This record gives sequence, structure tokens and C-alpha cells, in this order.
Amino acid sequence: MTEHHQHHIKLPEGSIEKQTTTLNVGPTHPATHGVFQNIMELDGEQIVSTEQTVGYIHRAFEKLAERRPLYQVTPITDRLNYCSSPLNNMGWHLTCEKLLGVKTPKRVDYLRIIIMELARISDHLICNSIVGVDTGAYTGFLYVMQYRELIYEIYEEVCGSRLTTNIGRIGGFERNFTNTAFTKLEKFLKEYPKVLKEFESLFARNRIFMERTIGGGAISAERALNYGFTGPNLRAAGVDYDVRVHSPYSSYEDFNFSIPVGKTGDNYDRFLVRNEEMWQSLSIIEQAYKKVQEFKGADAEIFHADVPEYYLPKKEDVYTKMEALIWHFKIIMGEVDLPKGEVYHSIEAGNGELGFYLISDGGRTPFRLHFRRPCFIYYQAYPELVTGGMLSDAIVTMSSLNLIAGELDA
Amino acid sequence: MSRPVRFNTHPIEAKLSDAISVAEAPDGYAGEGFFTARLSDVVGLARKNSLWPLPFATSCCGIEFMATMGSHYDLARFGSERVGFSPRQCDLLMVMGTISKKMGPVLRQVYLQMAEPRWVLSVGACACSGGIFDTYSVLQGIDQIIPVDVYVPGCPPRPEAILDGFMKIQELVGQESIRRRNSDQYKALMNSYGIE
Amino acid sequence: MALTNEHIQHRLTEKFGDLVSNFSVLYDMLNFEVSTDQNLKVLQFLYDEADLNFQFLTDLCGVNFPDQIGRELAVVYHLHNLQDNVRIRFKVFTSVASPDVYTASKLFSAANWMERETYDFYGINFIGHSNLKRILNVDEMDYFPLRKEYPLEDQTRIDKDDQMFGRG
Repeated sequence: MTEHHQHHIKLPEGSIEKQTTTLNVGPTHPATHGVFQNIMELDGEQIVSTEQTVGYIHRAFEKLAERRPLYQVTPITDRLNYCSSPLNNMGWHLTCEKLLGVKTPKRVDYLRIIIMELARISDHLICNSIVGVDTGAYTGFLYVMQYRELIYEIYEEVCGSRLTTNIGRIGGFERNFTNTAFTKLEKFLKEYPKVLKEFESLFARNRIFMERTIGGGAISAERALNYGFTGPNLRAAGVDYDVRVHSPYSSYEDFNFSIPVGKTGDNYDRFLVRNEEMWQSLSIIEQAYKKVQEFKGADAEIFHADVPEYYLPKKEDVYTKMEALIWHFKIIMGEVDLPKGEVYHSIEAGNGELGFYLISDGGRTPFRLHFRRPCFIYYQAYPELVTGGMLSDAIVTMSSLNLIAGELDA
Repeated sequence: MSRPVRFNTHPIEAKLSDAISVAEAPDGYAGEGFFTARLSDVVGLARKNSLWPLPFATSCCGIEFMATMGSHYDLARFGSERVGFSPRQCDLLMVMGTISKKMGPVLRQVYLQMAEPRWVLSVGACACSGGIFDTYSVLQGIDQIIPVDVYVPGCPPRPEAILDGFMKIQELVGQESIRRRNSDQYKALMNSYGIE
Repeated sequence: MALTNEHIQHRLTEKFGDLVSNFSVLYDMLNFEVSTDQNLKVLQFLYDEADLNFQFLTDLCGVNFPDQIGRELAVVYHLHNLQDNVRIRFKVFTSVASPDVYTASKLFSAANWMERETYDFYGINFIGHSNLKRILNVDEMDYFPLRKEYPLEDQTRIDKDDQMFGRG
């Protein structure tokens, strides 16, 4: 008989005698979802029970943030839900602004909304196309990745980087949006609706897709609320809770949009809710763009609030003037002390309510920073969603919940 | 205010011959009906243009990999149309993203399950050296547990950088000697990692 | 009648007396402190009462205050009343020597993993939790990393030079 190698998973007592099969799904599994593990007990194809293991990409963000002044925390927030980094960055900057008592001008709010809704579209695109890939339809994914490149080009114009953007400053943006950025935005607004319509028509009334997804991973509204679900997963279950509407931030109250709500909370409803949210985000971006264009003259040059202690000076000055260089260094290295306080601020990120709980004791760095991560909270419900169902439905449920490993583990 | 565009203001009409390249035949002695070349050259040419990668994508670099696999940057034109997720069937392990200490044994096991010849491409700052996460839970570079052939820096590296790293792997594959995997130096390298 | 912070404070002090204390309003959110063994009773009260209706647990986390002897570890609960859109926050303090807090996971299923994470980071023992083991860190870890006394970096690494980062 061959010897048994050292297994990463310890087989429990009686595992050879029992009637069910133990199947290990993850932590490395196809369709590049992220690293988390489900150990499932299967009776044929039906799932009897499942247990999750997370923490395979635990990078100790919260401890790292205790060492870093405010601006150095922004790159860490990028890596939470890395499919929509600008949302995390803006959420963090909004939290800092709440702590410091900074009020941003309207133009800044509208520009922020454009970037945040673009990030939301890019997040939902990945989720919906990966649901397609998991049911076997690879084409949709390849097709829409092209249009995510357009969104990346807009981020590049504003902040210089594609994926982990580190976009914006406390109080606004680092530079005004150039005409090139607006041209790229117009190109996106012109080309994308057709693409979304085609993508939607590939799946929404496709019989195979509907039969794969309807009924799988359903959850009732009461259970979802008890599990702390937020975001598209909660709205698919029937509860219309959206942080943008309930606690508006960054002037969301000036915009006209609706919240799509599902009925049963199954995979199909989640797909449709995310799809409809992309249409709503497009409409918000169009409204915001129109509003931004209404600012004329000197008003059109405003891209940040006036907070000299926390707003980094212009790069042209930093490279040429001594005072700006010193001031830039002081702010980044946290030589300006934070006011004492305790604040919780949340935004509607791609997956739900992303909250930042910041305690400051008057030092250079946060005393405690806790991220309320929606993925971590709703992944707890996974056993309840899949037990009793088939294995293939469990795979589709896992991808339709939009679990991003960076947000799961932090 | 708009910046004047400096590059690509007079774009050249694309020629088909620029888009398609033909792999050069290796040096050899040809005659009527026969061609002799070194075995390692021929095998290397075949292998390098048909590498089957295993994308071990853990975090943000994985999303840039997805963009590389997409049609804009297309990894498939380098012969890696088929990405596999089974280590038994793949040649190239592309580690993309942060590897934490919890994930380390899993990565090592996947590497051990791959058959020779195998190459490792470490994509992103986190896989190369721990990246910005100098913390108690992150492995400071995968070369602490498995030998790495090419490191691609960046956080995340642009798709062009990932393709550049991939092309460097192709160079290594094309020039590899047939006897390398049995040589003493290679055995010593494996022993230093505790792999027999 | 709108649910105001004064009303919540009044109802709590009426029911619990001085087991709830330290009321303050920070950035429009009511904050208070609850005595350690009453946390479940306060949560149940806030959940059941028809005019309070705090049925959504937004967040549960731990904090380490190393300077407050006897009260070093805190568990912070953020609750949300979705109908009236009111949020409150309360803390329970416990000591490093005996960090025991009753679990909220029977009332809110969301608290299950949040308490495991708090245990993993701070070592707070949640009494009655069904599966209190480490969730994010390696299972074999023998200390609680987010406590202030432990460093951020892995002390056994050899490739990074602490001298160069000002931490020599």
C-alpha cells in the first residue's frame, strides 16, 4: 500500500466508514474567484452540510492601519474589494472628512459620484459575467472585459492607475478632470448601453441560464436581515435598503434613481438586481455629467475643498517649491495630529454597506480602524443557502454572491 | 484644461505582416529530406509556444490577469489559450497575488503536484517579496517556499508587464538544456527548498 | 413620533438604571457603555421593544485599550433601526485576565463570524458561542495579534532590515 502524504486537511474520525463523501472545494479553485475553502459533505450530488474556511489571504489590514497616517491607509483600502477600488477609497476619504468636519463643494461631490458609479458598474460586470462563466457561458465575460478597459482608461486619466487606484484626496481630487477624461467618459456613455443590452439579452431570458439559476441559493428577507446581508444580495431578497438613499453621502440626494428589488433572493434575482443596478448607475452618471457641465467659469475649476492641513499640495508646486514639498511630506507622514473622536461612516460599495469605524486618540495614526466588510458578513449564510441543493448550484451560488477574497479576509 | 497629445498623433496604417510573426527555425544542418538540430532547441521551441499556465490568482493581481486573458491584451496569442487549474496538466505556475502563511502549504502542495519540466512566474509585488504587507500573516515572497524563475514587479503590474514576464519565461523555456532537470545544480536547488 | 437619541437614552436608563452609563452623542450617533454581563439583555431589549426596533446588527468588533487597567478589551456593537434610520453604538468592557462576554449569535446570526474574528484578534471569549475558533489567522497561532503589545511585523523574517525603517 502506498504511504499517505502529509495532507493539508486533517481527515476527521470515521471518515472512511461514513456514507457521505467529503469534497474539498478550494482554496484554489477555477474561475479565479479568490481564496476561500468549503469542505462539503455530499450524498451523491446533494449537499448535506458544508463548512467554510477563510483567512487564506488575511493581510492584517486593521493592524496595518494602526501604523499608518490617513493618506497611507488609502492604498490599503484599495485592496479590500479590488474590483471597485475607487468606492473603497472614496468611502475612506468620506470617513476622514466626517472626522475632520470637512464639507466638500458640490462639483467635487458630483465628480466623486461619477467615479463611484463607474466603479460599481465595473464590480457588477465582473460578478455577472463570472456567474455566466460558472454556468458555462464564457463569451459574455470576454465581451464585457473590453468595456471594463474603457473604465480603466477613465481612472488612468484621473489618477494614473488602473486597478488599485488610490484615487482622490481628503476633500476632493488631486487634479481637475481633463477634457480627455470627459471625452473618454462620453465615449463610454455612448458605447456601453448597447453592450449592456446585448449582455443582458444573452442571459436574462435565456432558458438554460434561467433553469440553472432560478431556485438556487434562495434566502428569505428575514433570514437575510438576521445574517446582516446588505447590498444587492439583500435587495434580491426583497428589502430595499440602500445606503445611498437612507443615509445619503456626497450629494446622492440630488439624483433621481430607483433601487431594484427582487423577490426570492435566489441566484437569478441576484443577477437581475445587479444588472438593473448597472442601468441605474449609468443613469446616475449621465445626470452627474450633465450637472458637472453646468458649472461654468471659475466654478468649473473647483476640484477640492479648502483644507490645507489635510489636502496635499499640487504636484507642480511639490516638485518646484520648498514649502510645498515640506508640507506634502508632513501630511503624508502624519506630522499633523488627528482630532480625537470616534466615527462610523458607511457607503454603498459594490457588495453592500462598507463601513469604516475609526477611533482616533489624537495621535498621528488611527488608534483603531475596523472595516465592516459586507462579504465577510454574508458569507456566513452560505451553508444555509446551499444545504439540500446540488453541488453545481452551490458553485453558481458562490459566484453569484460576489465573494471577493480581499474583502472577505482583510 | 487639456494637455497636448504628444504620442501617436500620426498613426501608421497597420500592416498584416507586423501582426503576424513567424518563429525562426533553430540553427541546424539541412539537406535533402533531413534537418538536424539540437534536440533542446526543437523541444524548447515547441514548449515555449504552447505553455499551459496554471493561474494561481489570489488577489488584485488576479484581476489584472483576467484583463490580460481578455481580448485587449490577449495572453492566448502566446500559445496559452488553455489555462488549466489542475497542476498535473500544467507547465507554468503563475502566482498572482498575496500569499499568506495560511496559504503557503497549499501553494507548496500545488507546486509539488506539477510534473517536470515546470516553471514559476511570480506576478506582483506581494508574490515577489510580500509587497506592501510587511505583516505577521503574509509570507514575504513565495521564493521562501518554492523556487521562482521570473519575477514581475508591480502593484498590480500592468497587463503589458505580465506579458513581458511571460515572454521572459518563454525565453527561458526555449533555451533550456535537456539535461537541466537532472543536473546536480538543479538537484541542489530543489534540496535547498526541501523538495527531493 | 420620531425616534430620537434622548428617547432611546430615556428608555434604556428607565429599564437598566446604572447598568448603562456614559451616554454621549458623537457625530449624531448615540454612544453608551453597558456593564459586561448585561450586553445580551440590552441587545434583546433593543430588539424586542416596538418603539426601539434595533433589529439589524451592523457591526461587532473589539478594541484594545492597554491603558485602562481592568478594562483593557472592549466589544463594540453597532446597531441600526432600518425603519426609522437610526444608528446607535455601545461598548462593553472586559479585562485581559478574564475576557468573558456573552455571545450575541443566538439573537443575530450575523454575530457568529464577527465574534470569531474578535476572538481571533483580541482573545475575547464569547460564552455560549457554538464554534469559537480562529477564523482569519492560522489555527496554530498562540497569541492574539491585534492587541497593542504585539508588533505588526513577523519578527522571524530575515530579508527586511528593521534598521532601515526606523524600527531597529
